[in-house]
Amino acid sequence: MSKEKVIYGLYDDDDIILDAVKAIREKGHHIDEVYSPFPIHGLDHAMGLKHSRIAITSFIYGCIGASCALLMFWYMMIYDWPMIIGGKPNFTLNENLPAFIPITFEMTVFFASHLMVITFLIRCGLYPGSSSTSPDPRTTDDKFLMEIHVDEDAKKVKKIKDLMKKTGAIEIKEKE
Amino acid sequence: MKHESAIREPLIIGNKSLHDITEDIAKPIETSANKWWWSLFVVSVVAMLWGFGCIFYTIGTGIGVWGLNNTIGWAWDITNFVWWVGIGHAGTLISAVLLLFRQKWRLSINRSYEAMTIFAVIQAAIFPGIHMGRIWVAYFVLPIPNQFGSLWVNFNSPLLWDVFAISTYFTVSLVFWYMGLIPDFAMIRDRAVKPVFKKAQNFKEKISNFIKEKTSRYNIYSILSFGWSGRAKHWQRHEVMSLVLAGLATPLVLSVHSIVSMDFATSVIPGWHTTIFPPYFVAGAIFSGFAMVQTLLLVMRKVVNMESYITIQHIEMMNIIIMVTGSIVGIAYITELFIAWYSGVEYEQYAFLNRATGPYWWAYWAMMTCNVISPQLMWFKKLRTSIVFTFILSIFVNIGMWFERFVIIVTSLHRDFLPSSWSMFSPTFVDIGIFIGTMGFFMVLFLLYSRTFPVIAQAELKTILKSSGDNYKKKKK
Repeated sequence: MSKEKVIYGLYDDDDIILDAVKAIREKGHHIDEVYSPFPIHGLDHAMGLKHSRIAITSFIYGCIGASCALLMFWYMMIYDWPMIIGGKPNFTLNENLPAFIPITFEMTVFFASHLMVITFLIRCGLYPGSSSTSPDPRTTDDKFLMEIHVDEDAKKVKKIKDLMKKTGAIEIKEKE
Repeated sequence: MKHESAIREPLIIGNKSLHDITEDIAKPIETSANKWWWSLFVVSVVAMLWGFGCIFYTIGTGIGVWGLNNTIGWAWDITNFVWWVGIGHAGTLISAVLLLFRQKWRLSINRSYEAMTIFAVIQAAIFPGIHMGRIWVAYFVLPIPNQFGSLWVNFNSPLLWDVFAISTYFTVSLVFWYMGLIPDFAMIRDRAVKPVFKKAQNFKEKISNFIKEKTSRYNIYSILSFGWSGRAKHWQRHEVMSLVLAGLATPLVLSVHSIVSMDFATSVIPGWHTTIFPPYFVAGAIFSGFAMVQTLLLVMRKVVNMESYITIQHIEMMNIIIMVTGSIVGIAYITELFIAWYSGVEYEQYAFLNRATGPYWWAYWAMMTCNVISPQLMWFKKLRTSIVFTFILSIFVNIGMWFERFVIIVTSLHRDFLPSSWSMFSPTFVDIGIFIGTMGFFMVLFLLYSRTFPVIAQAELKTILKSSGDNYKKKKK
């Protein structure tokens, strides 16, 4: 099997790198990664990334939160120890539901937001103590880095390098 | 968001490039504090320690050291609690609601707003905690079976709703704030120099190298930034997550102060038992939160040189929100008065008459002047774009909103149904000490934040540089 090479192209403008991504993808090359200091609008689409499903997970977590809340009320106030408060006994969940709405809402939001953030961190591999995987520290300041993996084929490597140069890269590096 | 109308004023003034933004925001963290910062810090620490002393005295002796009596069971403590929670509302409002409305001007101020939210909620949480008297059994408010058997908390009680609302609000705001901070911490990390040490000759040197390495700026911000590297997929998820969090936080903002107001509204005390409370409290919370932020930011933008990012336009926008919410609060006051008269209930009528003309008339009129009349001055463009005027007005609003809570709580309680138990409230030095202490604590947190955290969400701000930066706008023309 041939070895893989990584080519890095450094750009200094978000519009230029966005056009570069489009141009290079048009030529049929796959762009493996773009490191940027801020989110670039439309870049995910240009790179061919799929939509993020994180919002769906949040909805599911929210449903879990609401169910947990209702189960908790039912167990604590209806089943385990029904209390008479202000002369109003707790007989069934649905009769007492209005008083339970605030906490149901809070629990829904609590579950939906925290579990979504935890999912985000796990999916991105972010945790305290994890070190940065960006090859160039300038990508958190004002530079944008494109990363392309290619087979060790001098012709193809040169082609991609030329393309990067043509699309406005200010620095091009190559790594085994 | 590339295109923006040419007639809109630029949000970033001065000839800034992306790198300049990085430099400007990293500067307060990378340089040492000036004497203004230190003197303010020392004063705040002294106030905080004084407050802590009073808190320990309260816990050690009991809440009898406060000015409470049989008639007035809630006074400064709950006033301060509601005041601080209210202040904590502007942060999430600006980052969540204004994010949903795509208001770009929020970008240079949202970070500090959210920080203020979190610090204010910490102050607020102190008060119900110490008001319990026996703070060591504070876990009784959690839904866990207590040691007397399986007796649970009462889910029908608004005080318990408050426990859930405040804790959800606090943790969600904290997470929202922190997720926004990760890319900015990464920026600071990448600017910091990784420390290199000479090979240690003996054990002592080894230890000192170890400590130096662990406490180096590079290492601390590495840990704080969670290893963020700005990959395209991560940014995509980050953006979706921020949007969903904003969507979740928006109703949360409205719910928290609504629930706080239900602590009062679900009781049967004349003056408290009103259905107008939830919207009225929410508007008041946003009003007071914005005022507190104006007070802090007007100082901060000067001290850490952020005048290019927090411009007169930002101040004007915030003043407009103060004016709008202040007017809502004013309408609520007048509606309350009208309904008290219109209800025909003599106790209700007396409660409101007593507020305006009784022994606490000065508190009522202080509230009316500061909250109803003064924000109306913002109709004048000259006044709402004046920094000095804004600063003075923001302090007036802070005072007015504190009095609003005092009026609602103390004057509704001090004359109850039995004239023989009518009473007056006077705070003791402990009441005053704890209040001053929380202000000191709040300032300590804010001052530490302003020197160690990126005070502006730089990653997000960079996205609008091309559309709203001064130099880019000029080029387009």
